[in-house]
Amino acid sequence: MTTTDTHRATDAVWRIESPRLIAGLTRIVRDVGVAEDLAQDALVAALEQWPKSGVPDNPGAWLMATAKHRAIDRLRRSQLLERKHEELGRELEVKEMTVPDLEGALDDNVGDDLLRLMFISCHPVLSTEARVALTLRLLGGLTTDEIARAFLVPEPTIAQRIVRAKRTLTDKHVPFEVPRRPDLAVRLSSVLEVVYLIFNEGYSATAGDDWMRPALCEDALRIGRILAELAPREAEVHGLVALMEIQASRSKARVGPSGEPILLFDQNRAHWDQLLIRRGLAALERAESLGGTHGPYTLQAAIAACHGRALTPEETDWLRIVQLYGQLAELMPSPVVELNRAVAVAMASGPAAGLALVDALTEEPSLKAYHLLPSVRGDLLRKIGRLDEARSEFERAASLTRNARERELLLNRARTCAGGS
Amino acid sequence: MRVMVIVKANKDSEAGVMPNEKILTAMGKFNEQLVKAGVMLAGDGLHPSSKGKRVRFSGGKQTVIDGPFAETKELIAGYWLWQVRSMEEAVEWLKRSPFDGGAEVEIRPVFEAEDFGAEFTPELREQEERLRKQIAEKK
Repeated sequence: MTTTDTHRATDAVWRIESPRLIAGLTRIVRDVGVAEDLAQDALVAALEQWPKSGVPDNPGAWLMATAKHRAIDRLRRSQLLERKHEELGRELEVKEMTVPDLEGALDDNVGDDLLRLMFISCHPVLSTEARVALTLRLLGGLTTDEIARAFLVPEPTIAQRIVRAKRTLTDKHVPFEVPRRPDLAVRLSSVLEVVYLIFNEGYSATAGDDWMRPALCEDALRIGRILAELAPREAEVHGLVALMEIQASRSKARVGPSGEPILLFDQNRAHWDQLLIRRGLAALERAESLGGTHGPYTLQAAIAACHGRALTPEETDWLRIVQLYGQLAELMPSPVVELNRAVAVAMASGPAAGLALVDALTEEPSLKAYHLLPSVRGDLLRKIGRLDEARSEFERAASLTRNARERELLLNRARTCAGGS
Repeated sequence: MRVMVIVKANKDSEAGVMPNEKILTAMGKFNEQLVKAGVMLAGDGLHPSSKGKRVRFSGGKQTVIDGPFAETKELIAGYWLWQVRSMEEAVEWLKRSPFDGGAEVEIRPVFEAEDFGAEFTPELREQEERLRKQIAEKK
């Protein structure tokens, strides 16, 4: 093996083993940074020994045992042992006095540790950027270099971000725990937000020789799938996974040969990945079968599923989409959701009905600079034959977009309207 | 990236002998690990080649050949589709599988959109367009 080969093999083992290892160690040493160092030490030991002795039957258990030994050594060496013991003792005493939760204190379940790791990586004391970097590092098992390349920032920036995040968690004494209700809902939505953010970072990068970015979508999906196994009773987790699977199913179809974006209606549906659509529909079914009111991710997944099921744009179940956008608007009222609903209404009941809804949005301050509002309005006006108005809406949309290709497209539309009047 | 993990056939799989309980349990555990790690996208076992068919294309002629097929080692008995970050990761996962007894399992990367690059010619694109129209007309 060359050095590069060894290096890549190390990365692979790290990717597979590190999340569980760090999670288990964090429970013992109560510090993510120390846990990560210990996990790395154990991995180095493995890479020295495994080539000679062969890979053990259970590599994860071997690594954990090695890391635990080192944890004890380290605690002794730095004379932290006593202090930590005191701390742990105090913590346990306090716990036992206030909440007699022996089961929780003695819990040795790897899955629960991973879930705890997920919650502290996405803890609200951290900035969004820090949450993203830490989640990719600890749960995704990415190297700092891989994260840096994915976000197009220098490696030291990411390394520092991660160091600072770990320090913040230590300084603020963020407990290594799965939050209880009623906090759980808010904390879980923070986790889901981070995962979806990672996904979108990969998904919205359509152009360039940025081959790392589709990988970012895959990383987000993978973390989402792990989360779905860890928290199988949380409907929104399955909702998010469903949404990501279905959106990812279109990735081959949404970029043209020269890197230009292709809109949903113009996509070649033969390029949609049927495996991902099926997986998405299955995840959606799981989310819906858990009952309760559907959360925003489940609703968005249900909308995406309506498109995913339609072999042609004409087969789309617009009435259902209108209904789903209605529910989404109730849950999180937003002019952008309303604009989407208007488009669906136009498809279901004709352009005039859609236009009425869009007209109601023209005074909305938050949409003043949003190019899709005049673009949608122009489209509907054109369909009902008000071509002069349509043209000026397309021109306005063109002046608002920052994307050159989109501007060209909109100006083209404006020109076609001029010809007809 | 995605990889297809191809499990080769052997005498037993070709004879339709089901794996024993011990192997099934171990394989079940391995599959569970793959799912929990978000790696497994799909996977199935295949019936022996005696239940399979082949179609041979030659000089405009198509011949259907019934199984079983002789070259056991070239046949496949099952497959997985995994999502991993590298071939090395796929190898590491495969090392954790419970295969034994001379089994040979092959890992092959699946073509991704970017792999086509310049090979995706205007002719191919036109073909896609036709396919698309056919789908539209089908309804």
